[in-house]
Amino acid sequence: MFANVDWADIGKATIDTLLMLGGSMVLTVILGVPLGVLLYLSGKGRLAANPVLNAVLSFVVNVLRSVPFIILLIVMLPVTVLLVGTSLGVAGAIPPLVVGAAPFYARLVETALREVDKGVVEATQAMGGSTFQIVTRALLPEAMPGIIAGATVTAIALVSYTAMAGVVGAGGLGDLAIRFGYQRFQTDVMAVTVVLLLILVQILQMIGDRLVAKVSHR
Amino acid sequence: MIRLEGVTRRYRSVAGDRTALDAVDLHVARGEVFGVVGRSGAGKSTLIRAINRLETPDAGKVFVDGQEITALNPTELRAARRGIGMIFQHFNLLNAKTIEDNVAFPLRLEGRPETEVKARTAQLLAQLGLADHAKKHPAQLSGGQKQRVGIARALACGPSVLLCDEATSALDPETTEDILTLLDGLNRDLGLTIVLITHQMEVVRRVCDRVAVLKDGRIVEQGATADVFLHPQHAVTRAMLAEGEEAVDASVAPAGARMARLTFRGPSTYEPELSCVARTAGVDYSILSGRISRIRGEPYGQMTVAFTGGDAEAALAQLAARGVVVEAV
Repeated sequence: MFANVDWADIGKATIDTLLMLGGSMVLTVILGVPLGVLLYLSGKGRLAANPVLNAVLSFVVNVLRSVPFIILLIVMLPVTVLLVGTSLGVAGAIPPLVVGAAPFYARLVETALREVDKGVVEATQAMGGSTFQIVTRALLPEAMPGIIAGATVTAIALVSYTAMAGVVGAGGLGDLAIRFGYQRFQTDVMAVTVVLLLILVQILQMIGDRLVAKVSHR
Repeated sequence: MIRLEGVTRRYRSVAGDRTALDAVDLHVARGEVFGVVGRSGAGKSTLIRAINRLETPDAGKVFVDGQEITALNPTELRAARRGIGMIFQHFNLLNAKTIEDNVAFPLRLEGRPETEVKARTAQLLAQLGLADHAKKHPAQLSGGQKQRVGIARALACGPSVLLCDEATSALDPETTEDILTLLDGLNRDLGLTIVLITHQMEVVRRVCDRVAVLKDGRIVEQGATADVFLHPQHAVTRAMLAEGEEAVDASVAPAGARMARLTFRGPSTYEPELSCVARTAGVDYSILSGRISRIRGEPYGQMTVAFTGGDAEAALAQLAARGVVVEAV
């Protein structure tokens, strides 16, 4: 059992996966939330309704979301090199991960914002709130359960994306599974990496659920 | 206090344009409780939203407290809105915030110092009997309590006007009465000018000094509540008032009877006018339908009466001379 497993490699790969996940998740939230807010605000009948902006944003988001991640990884290679100087390792994996996940997360943020009762927006307007105040003090706090639930879904999608990023030399558990588990037929390595990924997903879901419960007051 | 001049609002859609407000002129005096009634789709909601420009009119002017709301730039409009409180049918509280933070919300939006926010919030919560609920969230409160929070929030910035958008329509009768008593008190104690829209005639009967009836975006009738309710001129007003009331069945009147509708107002409501007149004129009467109640605190009685025997015309003339309004049925 586990004859082929090099636990030091597994440890390093786990840390790489966590770094890729953490780094790309932070950037995904930083880009995805404002993008989601813009999609929402520019939508029909919303505070800053702007059909042209909305159509452009929507188109870009849809294009990025429809490109299979494995293709995105390859297409992004020159851009990645330009941005972080390398297309390898943790740093090289983060740009394609963010480009793959941020549009997805932005849609989830937009959906969460749409769930907020229009009356809350109207009431805040009636109190003399500016559009910025309406977004930051009313809409985002009210949509927080949905925004966090969306972040959980996105983080879990990112776990599987990091595994795929192994294909272009990103390192991490997915890389280990492909190079040793699949290409060298070391089933035990494959099993260990899959179990670790599974545990990671479970932990993410649990954290997400707890946070949602904490901010829900319905 | 509030003046609307030729306010018009049209909604454009693929299905065709719809005029929600058609050149509406309206004047609400300071310290008055003004009701706007109408069927759904009559334009009530658009009308009340035109006052704080949640709906920007396509034409016409809106003045509140001497300020032309329709001429303000966005920054000025936000400042003006702080002087106009608003409460809603579905309360529109922020679910993520505590009751305390909901009430403090407009003060924080305005950027008042936190010590002042805390003091004002505590005072409002105490005033509205919500002190025990300060740390709860809206989902933990009943409808009536939520509307109290809505009122506390609307009063936070010390408005001179309160707009009530179907504020009691989602409440049960008992809670409605509770909220109306509260609004009545705010009007009397703080001199708050209140504009309310509703489809519930009872709400108007209970608290409004004056009322306007809206139909297809036009005001078809307006005046003192008692005048409009006791002597409605327009078909819509009559129909809305007739709902829930039993229609007079003329066939039950004795043969050859002279029927009339009598309206008593003020203290004479409780005087034995009818009985005195009947005795002196030598007529008999039977009351076919009637109601003795109050409109905005003023007692009134209105009944349909059938007179038989003696000189019915003389009796009616005597009643009219005593200040009773006599109308043929």
